[in-house]
Amino acid sequence: MRRPALKTMSLIASALIVLTACTPAAPEDGSKTLKVVYQKTDSFTALETMFQAAKQEFEAANPGVAVELQPIQGNDDDYGTKLALALRSPSTAPDVFYEDTFKVRSDVDAGYLLKLDSHLEGWEDWSKFDDGAKAAGRADDGGTYAVPLGTDTRAIWYNRKVLEAAGISVPWQPRSWQDILDTARKIKANDPSVVPFNMYAGKGTGEGTVMQGFYELLYGTGSTLYDEETKKWVVGSAGFKDSLAFLKTLYDEGLAVTPAQALDANVWKKVFGEWFPKGKLGATVEGSYAPSFWQDGGSYEWPGYEQEMGVAPFPTQDGRAPGAVSMSGGWTLAIGAGTKEPDLAFSFLSTAMNRENSLAFTLDSSQIAVRSDVADDSGYQAGNPFVKDVSELVSVTRYRPATSDYPRISAAVQEATEAVITGAREPEQAAADYDAAVTDIVGGDNTVRK
Amino acid sequence: MPAQTGGRGLLRYLPVLPSVLLLVVFLAGPVLWAFHASFTNAGLTGRNARSPQWIGLENYQRLLVDQVFPLSLGLTVLFVLGSAVVGQNLLGLALAVLMRRARRTVSAVVGTAVVAAWVLPEIVAAFAAYAYFSRDGTLNQLLGGLGLDQPDWLYSWPMAAVVLANIWRGTAFSMLVYRAALNDVPTEVSEAAQMDGAGGWQRLAFITLPMIRGSIATNLMLITLQTLAVFTLIWVMTAGGPANASTTLPILAYQEAFKFGDIGYGTAVATVLILIGGVFGAVYIRLLREAKP
Repeated sequence: MRRPALKTMSLIASALIVLTACTPAAPEDGSKTLKVVYQKTDSFTALETMFQAAKQEFEAANPGVAVELQPIQGNDDDYGTKLALALRSPSTAPDVFYEDTFKVRSDVDAGYLLKLDSHLEGWEDWSKFDDGAKAAGRADDGGTYAVPLGTDTRAIWYNRKVLEAAGISVPWQPRSWQDILDTARKIKANDPSVVPFNMYAGKGTGEGTVMQGFYELLYGTGSTLYDEETKKWVVGSAGFKDSLAFLKTLYDEGLAVTPAQALDANVWKKVFGEWFPKGKLGATVEGSYAPSFWQDGGSYEWPGYEQEMGVAPFPTQDGRAPGAVSMSGGWTLAIGAGTKEPDLAFSFLSTAMNRENSLAFTLDSSQIAVRSDVADDSGYQAGNPFVKDVSELVSVTRYRPATSDYPRISAAVQEATEAVITGAREPEQAAADYDAAVTDIVGGDNTVRK
Repeated sequence: MPAQTGGRGLLRYLPVLPSVLLLVVFLAGPVLWAFHASFTNAGLTGRNARSPQWIGLENYQRLLVDQVFPLSLGLTVLFVLGSAVVGQNLLGLALAVLMRRARRTVSAVVGTAVVAAWVLPEIVAAFAAYAYFSRDGTLNQLLGGLGLDQPDWLYSWPMAAVVLANIWRGTAFSMLVYRAALNDVPTEVSEAAQMDGAGGWQRLAFITLPMIRGSIATNLMLITLQTLAVFTLIWVMTAGGPANASTTLPILAYQEAFKFGDIGYGTAVATVLILIGGVFGAVYIRLLREAKP
């Protein structure tokens, strides 16, 4: 009795496998589906809102076309990984997706993105986009592959009350690294329980370590990470060592968080959600999107943050021109190279990014506008009191050298900062380790000593 | 009789066909794919994603000069020996032996507490362990209450923390295996030894353990392979840090393949992991064979 039963079961099982393999994935009733992939987290729902609006608008205008929204829950790193994995196979690749500007070039190299030039020609809104921002979607071949949603800059965010309590006049504007240290020391002397000046370091905070920390230092020394002219990576620079030395001073003197806190990947949550609102932090280097956490509906709502917080450009090492440093990233929308409906996909993309949707998204996520009509809107300018200050930083901002090697180089920089703040290495040694790592990654021919 | 083995013999294998198919598609397939990828420079993005090239043993040569790889290899072995072979195994055995002598209620309470950690989904267990070991976590509050030092476990002792967490999480499995095995040991043998004057320890060492040798080998094999593959627990607790101090091979493989987009190199690390699993497996299978009379 038992064995025939087993046999029948297995036959049914094999039949089911064969059957499921033959069933088509989607009903063939002539309707078309656009798959849209984007990022969504507990603290970041602005995209979700924008795509929901665009979906309704687009489906009403295009009967017979369904838009399937597929949000991916995860931080930037995880989102990037999941997206790249989906893009690897035509059967899982989305039609329209949210793409980090610094991935554009390598994803174009990988053949994931559709060239948009012919579509953009016929889109009247395209002329309203800022030229600098347009460059973010351009690949090495000169073609445009992605449309920017917004951009961001980095600055020093400081708590006015904490600074005032330490006898520092606000608005505060440090002119050099020394100014930062002087102020931080005063804050510490006044109240040792306050973290005077936080700068991310180490691998725990990942890309945040370099975007909101190390690069502001490095580019303020006159040095760079990558030499755009010769297309080579810079090694042996004095600026690199100086930047590490500054971090060492900050951490050694207890002017920043403890090394253990710095290496906790969740430290930024404490910065925004706990230390600033409770007046336990003097200042930190963070993105222009900082107010999005505190404004109504943000993940760390803080009524009155406008009065308590201040913003200042990050100074260069010794005040040299242009006097300030900032870093920019930002995100775009792109279309999959393998999409079966390129025209519909572009039509959806342009619906999602029309003036109305762009304005709502820009306000919702505290982005810096890349459309002139959005930037001129009174709603945008009144959106948060800091938008003018952080937008001005676009004039001194830098972008990352987004080659395929970049993620590994960035990790090497993070490692160097980690070695210094934990005391494992002196700045000199950590910089030498970094040079060795870079040479290892890109090969000696692709480095230049400066 | 031999005449029957032709047609009916083949038919006899039909029932296992679906499972073999599933194993090939979902287990052997990815393993072979990973093995193949480890000889290429396949990338997650960039030019190498479009047209990966066969680069032979280059990835493996890189492993030999990689600074993190030897550390990672050592940490993996430490993690497996510490948390599985010694930790889960011995603690599981001890619990099983003690629970046989304990009162019914005590044994039920202990059993439930131990099994609770095991039935938690890995991600939940990982966050619980993170909350327990973190700077202001439960452990430090307990230590503080006793007036003891409160180190930052995840920063100063990351390996100790993940090993303890894995013991906590996995001991239930060994305990259940050993409880079942001990129940199968005939009481007469044990009683006879007692009559002959053997003490508790002697009975355990010379009677009970040899009799459950097969279960020991099976248990060791299963928990070793499970522990080799632990990823979520470590990733959530320390993400392999600080300064790679808790980067076991699964963490390293993930970082290389997905964080740096270097799938070829990441799969080479994964292949080494499979080999280590194979070596452990072979040793246990030998033990198992010797255990059979």
